[in-house]
Amino acid sequence: MAEAQGKIRRGYVRPLDLKQGRVDLTHGSGGRSMVQLISELFARHLGNEYLGQGNDGAVLPAPTLAGRPGRIVMSTDCHVVSPLFFPGGDIGCLSVHGTVNDVAVMGATPLYLAAGFVLEEGFPLADLARIVESMAHAAKDAGVPVVTGDTKVVERGKGDGVFITTTGVGVLPDGLELGGARARPGDAVIVSGSLGDHGVAIMSKRENLSFDAPIESDTAALNGLIAAMLATGADLRCLRDPTRGGLAATLNEIAGQSGVGMMLHEKAIPVKPVVAAACEFLGLDPLYVANEGKLIAICAAADAGRVLNAMRAHPLGREAAQIGEVIADDHHFVQLTTSFGGRRIVDWLAGDQLPRIC
Amino acid sequence: MKYIDEFRDGELAKNLALSIGAEVQAGRSYSFMEFCGGHTHAISRYGLSDLLPPAVRMVHGPGCPVCVLPIGRVDMAIDLALNHGVILCTYGDTLRIPASEGLSLMKAKARGGDIRMVYSTIDALQIARDNPAREVVFFAIGFETTTPPTAVAIQQADKQNLPNFSVLCCHVLTPSAISNILESPEVRQWGTVPLDGFIGPAHVSTVIGSRPYEFFAEEYRKPVVIAGFEPLDVMQAILMLVRQVNEGRAEVENEFSRAVTRDGNLKAQDRVAEVFELRREFEWRGLSVVPYSALKIRRQYAAFDAERRFDLDYKSVPDNKACDCGAILRGVKKPQDCKLFGTVCTPENPIGSCMVSSEGACAAHYSYGRYKDMH
Repeated sequence: MAEAQGKIRRGYVRPLDLKQGRVDLTHGSGGRSMVQLISELFARHLGNEYLGQGNDGAVLPAPTLAGRPGRIVMSTDCHVVSPLFFPGGDIGCLSVHGTVNDVAVMGATPLYLAAGFVLEEGFPLADLARIVESMAHAAKDAGVPVVTGDTKVVERGKGDGVFITTTGVGVLPDGLELGGARARPGDAVIVSGSLGDHGVAIMSKRENLSFDAPIESDTAALNGLIAAMLATGADLRCLRDPTRGGLAATLNEIAGQSGVGMMLHEKAIPVKPVVAAACEFLGLDPLYVANEGKLIAICAAADAGRVLNAMRAHPLGREAAQIGEVIADDHHFVQLTTSFGGRRIVDWLAGDQLPRIC
Repeated sequence: MKYIDEFRDGELAKNLALSIGAEVQAGRSYSFMEFCGGHTHAISRYGLSDLLPPAVRMVHGPGCPVCVLPIGRVDMAIDLALNHGVILCTYGDTLRIPASEGLSLMKAKARGGDIRMVYSTIDALQIARDNPAREVVFFAIGFETTTPPTAVAIQQADKQNLPNFSVLCCHVLTPSAISNILESPEVRQWGTVPLDGFIGPAHVSTVIGSRPYEFFAEEYRKPVVIAGFEPLDVMQAILMLVRQVNEGRAEVENEFSRAVTRDGNLKAQDRVAEVFELRREFEWRGLSVVPYSALKIRRQYAAFDAERRFDLDYKSVPDNKACDCGAILRGVKKPQDCKLFGTVCTPENPIGSCMVSSEGACAAHYSYGRYKDMH
């Protein structure tokens, strides 16, 4: 008995097998395995002074801007992308970028992130490690630490590998008001770069559709670009990141909120030839395809030049372009002058974009 | 994008529009039916009607596979998914067609039906290979463009001995639909639908060739110009049709010569003939029952016929009384003439099938052109 006890090394836990191991139900059960997963994977990659507090919540300093108190902006986003790894990114960096961008487009400086993981039993730990590392990189690059988190494990078949929910908190200076209801007739409509890259990159890797397109997701944190735009002092009315539903959904949203119409010019809208080609044979319209590293800016027409210059000086805004104007329209239509010389509506999408048959 | 941008050039479009304007004779009007939904879509998406002189009127035809599929056929597919436990594979557009009891394939999927969207019949075959213990049915719809891939799938399933694969065949024939329109009282007797010519199908004609349309030109004295689906193709075809009308000609001309020949794709035609035979009659949405207008699977391949395998009966289901899809598909009415258009019936909540596919006349007008009705 005494001999056996002597062999037990105090405090020793066999390390997680990050090569062959898989998520199992014990990783979510609140026992030692869960603590181990958190410490050896999440804390190891994402660790910082707040996450390291190890309590049920993180205690954070009150947000200030240049020493003065600001208003708090908070946003949350669930990420359920399939496939989890795609050209140009993965669900990990996507879950950081998505929420950082949602906070940043409000004009706020993103400060902290919270992350919730729903893991499916059987998910390879090696893949989970890749995802968490990617999150850590993205958070570091964006300058926004993950300060608290949670993990749950669901039985096999009840999830899709990994779902990640991130919540972001940022600080907004007094006096800065950006919002979808502020667009006015005459304003300029600007995009930060080519549309549809993320959606097409994802589709190119879908199980029943894999095709080789040299196209990467545009997933990126836009807080740096937005800070540069705000620094111009231009009269920005509204910033949005055109994710699901693409440019069309976002502009229809703003048109409705502001009670205005928009007139876009097809020739001015940047779409990469490879994205245009993929959309062409899939029967999709790039204006409805998702982006994860692009923004739409509505600004006073007189300031459009200044904003565009600031955007083009930033790596994420090099291809920024004015694509149209806000117009007065009681029906709140987003319209487009086609490069062919005609005119049409760019409507809301009805459900998902489905490929046509003919 | 090469081979695409050339056919969407705004400058060329302006020149073509000027030529059409110069050809149009004063006091004369020109009504042309674009048979295909692909053309309807191009006309709306590129705002083509803005470029045409007012004397040229485009009438939308029934060549939208989703639009002409009657409720009863969608009901059969839903029945297979919900009551026979099959994996039902379908092309994307079909998912939202309204069926009986407020259902659609999309809604049946939410109720637990195993319904999967595929991009090609090859995907459906693969699903059958991957699920040997399940019955896999491909819901085959469409005109002559989608028929050859279905024929090939059935022959492959036969060769590869895939006993769990079958096809619910709803393939229909373009020439029968054109005959039906030309024979309709609105066109023949009453003249309420003036038709001065047709823009002939693009993709369908790559398969069947231009020869089948010669009958319409000769027998009904209607000019036909086969055109590609790009907007410049359509403009060029309109110019050619205006010229034929002005010169009193009724010929089949081929604008889409880069893809269509007089005889079409003989290999594809052979495959179709090996696997399919004419159905005695088939109900179309809008055109009602049209004799010899659709295909069924030959006895030799009966094992792959889902109608036989699951002992399915076709039950005709009337459309919503207020829905004008039928008249719209025959060119008798315009989408905006329908009481339901844009009120009860929208792309989010379609009552009729013309509001489902972006090729459907109602969806195309609602999504791209309705601002014209409102200003």
